[in-house]
Amino acid sequence: MLASYQFPQYSYQRSTDQDSTTPIRHPVVIIGAGPIGLAAAVDFSIKGIPVVLLDDNNTVSVGSRAVCYAKRFLDISDRLGVGQRLIDKGVTWNIGKVFFEEEQIYSFNMLAEEHHRRPGFINLQQYYLEQFYVERLMQFPRASLRWKNKLIDIQQNQQTVTLTIATPDGSYQLQADYVLACDGANSNTRSLCGLESKGQVFQDRFLIADVLMTDQRFPAERWFWFNPPFHQGSSTLLHRQPDNLWRIDFDLGWDADPEVEKRPENIIPRVKAFLGDDVDFELEWTSVYTFGCRRMPDFRHKRIFFAGDSAHQVSPFGARGANSGIEDVDNLVWKIELALKGQASEELLNSYSEERGLAADENILNSTRSTDFITPKNPANKVLRDAVLTLAKEFSFARPLVNSGRLSVPPILRNCSLISADTDSFDCAVEVGSPCTDGPITLRKEERYLLSLLGNKFHCLLFIDDHKQIDQQLIEEIVRLKQCRQPIDTYIVLKEPYQLQLPDGVAIIVDHLQLINARLDASNQCFYLIRPDQIISARARKFSVDSLLNMQAHALGELR
Amino acid sequence: MAKLITTANIASPDDFYQLLTDMSIDLSAEQIALVNARLILLLCNHIGDNQVLAEAVAIAAKTAAK
Repeated sequence: MLASYQFPQYSYQRSTDQDSTTPIRHPVVIIGAGPIGLAAAVDFSIKGIPVVLLDDNNTVSVGSRAVCYAKRFLDISDRLGVGQRLIDKGVTWNIGKVFFEEEQIYSFNMLAEEHHRRPGFINLQQYYLEQFYVERLMQFPRASLRWKNKLIDIQQNQQTVTLTIATPDGSYQLQADYVLACDGANSNTRSLCGLESKGQVFQDRFLIADVLMTDQRFPAERWFWFNPPFHQGSSTLLHRQPDNLWRIDFDLGWDADPEVEKRPENIIPRVKAFLGDDVDFELEWTSVYTFGCRRMPDFRHKRIFFAGDSAHQVSPFGARGANSGIEDVDNLVWKIELALKGQASEELLNSYSEERGLAADENILNSTRSTDFITPKNPANKVLRDAVLTLAKEFSFARPLVNSGRLSVPPILRNCSLISADTDSFDCAVEVGSPCTDGPITLRKEERYLLSLLGNKFHCLLFIDDHKQIDQQLIEEIVRLKQCRQPIDTYIVLKEPYQLQLPDGVAIIVDHLQLINARLDASNQCFYLIRPDQIISARARKFSVDSLLNMQAHALGELR
Repeated sequence: MAKLITTANIASPDDFYQLLTDMSIDLSAEQIALVNARLILLLCNHIGDNQVLAEAVAIAAKTAAK
């Protein structure tokens, strides 16, 4: 029971599947209705695939838990139809400030460019996020969200996964073509499969205090203190959440006794030392936690795919947990969609673990380094760390060395098997293997953001300098892209408005600020091939339908 | 006129920092002090400009005295 939030109670409902004498078969079963399982269920639903989503509980996340959602999370949530609700409720922030003892040593901005639809970050309690995703999923009548359904056995052969599920009415069985295990760091599915997630556990303990406070002395920014006067010899992190809720994270050290530290009479003095005696506050939710960085060697186990914390786990510095989990979903669901149609190569299905494994390694590396900086592993490293901090305010060279968390940005899928390496040269921050950039464009005289037009299918962006080049021959070429097995929709990107009747699957967009041209270093006839997860899989400077189709075949793992 | 570079000059700061912290793993305090001193001498020789080195020494000592 929280003062600022009423937990919804979702009731267990008996499914007709439970009355069947033989197990009913479904295309996809998802285990775990946390942020990742819910996002996956919505993604399948918007693709028209009926999903069964199982959860052993009957409500959303107890306590705030995950708080920070990065730009890419919001972009993906936009594609899933939840983005605006997250923005409306969440606290938007872009600025982070780092303090050493009593002074600010530097600040950073998570949104390096203007004119993106979404900010660098929002803060939002995990229970709101889950609630909004549950409500979104409820809009799809064919999605079946089953509370109080606990997986107790899972078996698979070449064709089928068979699941045994315990409910308040006893157990029943289901069959599935594919299963997504989104059941968190202590994944029950992973244990039942006899698989392991391996890595490093850190010898440190942290105290989270979510505090209700109407005082407005702190802005909507991420503030991090090294060795502050109110918590000497340690570190503290502050985030603002909606409903006047503040997340305070105190580093306690490995020797702290979690049972003692959890007691309100011990937490309240710490918070008072931080806020001052004159500030009224109320403890909303507290937790003492330790963490590790670990991952499964392979996120695919034949027909069972692991996503989110079940597949990989990181320390919280950098907000790389939920943010990487939703990128897993984004990467995986379109591939399984093709598999269900019998159109996915083994290479395509295996690329999930390759691409997201690369992301997990990057996230683990970054969050391990942050943890090592925040709590140095030995006295020599502490001296080095303090040397950096004493220099950073006056000498800017030391600031990039300060590591209070390298905050989540989507990894670039460099050198991945199904991403086409550049053969032409491009001079821009966006690479093949990164999500497409965003920016305002005009479509049929209406201002939109580019990313709102991309995703869920393959798209081609074709840059044309002069509308006179759009002749019958070019249009016939483009139409061939629409007629292949995985149809490619094309946006012809012009710099000036131009009206023209075009066939289905082809449209003109106007880059009226010329930001897209700049951000993608485009030139006349240049094209980008963008996957259903908005990842750039290929690009080149000379438009050719044959090479584009070849690039798509490569993206689908159909070229050997 | 200052010659010492005090703006960011290392292309990949996090990789560099890890190189430095990994250096001291499994060493005793005495060994670390020795390794650090050897590192300072190597880098000073590489720089080779007494004015730059004097500026660096002045900043390092000033910060420590605070």
